[in-house]
Amino acid sequence: MAQEILIDAEHLSRYYGPTCAVRDVSFQLAKGDVLGFLGPNGAGKSTTMQMLTGNLAPSAGTIRVRGIDLLDAPKRAKHELGYLPEQPPLYREHTVDEFLTYCGRLHRVSGNRLRVAVDQAKHRCGLGAVGKRLIGNLSKGYQQRVGIAQAILHNPAVVILDEPTVGLDPIQIREIRALIRELGNEHGIILSTHILPEVQGVCNRVQIINRGRLVFSDTLAGLEQHLHSQHLIVRLRNAPAPTEIQQLPGVAAVEVLDDGRLRLRYEGASPAEAIAETAVNRRWGLEELIPERRTLEQIFIELTMQDAHMDAGTSTATEEAA
Amino acid sequence: MILHIAARELKGLFLSPLAWSILAVVQFILAYLFLAQIDTYMQYAPQLAGMEDAPGVTDVIVAPMFGNAAVVLLLVAPLITMRVLSEEKRNRTLSLLMSAPVSMTEIVLGKYLGVLGFFLALLGLLAVMALSLFAGTTLDVGKLLSGLLGLTLVIGAFAAAGLYMSSLTEQPTIAAVSSFGLLLLLWIINWAGASGEQVSGLFSYLSLVQHYDSLLKGLFNSTDVVYYLLFILTFLVLSIQRMDANRLPH
Repeated sequence: MAQEILIDAEHLSRYYGPTCAVRDVSFQLAKGDVLGFLGPNGAGKSTTMQMLTGNLAPSAGTIRVRGIDLLDAPKRAKHELGYLPEQPPLYREHTVDEFLTYCGRLHRVSGNRLRVAVDQAKHRCGLGAVGKRLIGNLSKGYQQRVGIAQAILHNPAVVILDEPTVGLDPIQIREIRALIRELGNEHGIILSTHILPEVQGVCNRVQIINRGRLVFSDTLAGLEQHLHSQHLIVRLRNAPAPTEIQQLPGVAAVEVLDDGRLRLRYEGASPAEAIAETAVNRRWGLEELIPERRTLEQIFIELTMQDAHMDAGTSTATEEAA
Repeated sequence: MILHIAARELKGLFLSPLAWSILAVVQFILAYLFLAQIDTYMQYAPQLAGMEDAPGVTDVIVAPMFGNAAVVLLLVAPLITMRVLSEEKRNRTLSLLMSAPVSMTEIVLGKYLGVLGFFLALLGLLAVMALSLFAGTTLDVGKLLSGLLGLTLVIGAFAAAGLYMSSLTEQPTIAAVSSFGLLLLLWIINWAGASGEQVSGLFSYLSLVQHYDSLLKGLFNSTDVVYYLLFILTFLVLSIQRMDANRLPH
């Protein structure tokens, strides 16, 4: 990876009393990465994010932000971080302008730079019109935007967003996703979400965490590979017996689906072309020929369910990113 | 950085009706007590005039008023301090401070100074009331200043103890009740000391009121000042420890 490493987390663990919320999680975030953090409820997403931002101290492991150890030099490391927790930390009795100015001051931005930073953050999050309004009187979506504005205000190297699109309407979600993509050009971003298409739409890397362990970590391109299943869906008007199709070169198995379509499993290269040719020659009346793709959801469920069956003691599931 | 946090805290306090109503109520009660003291003084003024080494206006009016003010503040201070840290925890706004490049010490000190700022405003109103006596008579400035210093220290101690109680819980009411209990206990602890010989020394040293009384009499004793400073320091350090412990694995 030629890009600068912004976050380097090694062997993070966190216990709440006897319960282990996060177990031996390691990963890196490079500049330009938008890392999607997926996992079922209670998997340890928020705990991991709280550790990365210094809100929780890890039971074991180290976190380096741009090479600065978060535990040894928290002040310097936190300069590089912007964080939106699950519940945006807002003082309801302040106006948006007052609040953002205060946040800027907390990050030691002052004077003219502060004014510019506040204006820019407001502009980016579409808050231009509500600067003078009390945060408590804003709708949930606007409050969420103020939370995001707060996280990017001081132009941090890493922006960590915990479920940033919760509570927003579809238009706002699109805007926020566009904003995240835009931020991803100059910053490193980690975002957690339950919404799987969001990851495919915004992120270039995906990590799935389940029961405190990292069970999947890959780039989106790598994920695409996983998404290709070795199946074709075929609809034929005059379908022959399944055994006849199975004899075609490359086809390993044939399954008749409920709606009369056929699901062919193949090995190696796709036999789609050969099937089309044969279907035309033998007048099977080809109507559909679709390579089946698995969805991210299926992978997600596979990984998280399979892990649920596994005993907690074994630790073979951790896959490291390429 | 501490000052930014303090300024926000103070601003937040004055944006809530609670702070204003407390200011109004306290001012009203103290004004009433002040007038009552003046009344008493007018009544005994002729007799006092004949006495040798008679107590002056400062002793009869200002010192009792400051003494009463401390008791009123004992009731009121927990209401102001209760929200300081507990509400931040409850509303999850603490993570804003925790993920900013500020240390826990800065956060706690900022909060403390913010609350102290409110109490100093209250004290200012009180001082103006005492100073208004200059319109008709002369005051013992030394005693007045020593009384003001005493009250400032007492309020500082109240605020520190309240801040610590606020760091322990997420419920502002629990923080209020427990800091009121703690302060009241420390206020009356010398009552127990009055009877027994052995323990009396320790208990009367611990008592908040003992050290205040001598300052009201105009006796500036460094022991008293050190007592309050130690008291404040102890509770601030405890608060910082407590807040830091929230992050650590247990």
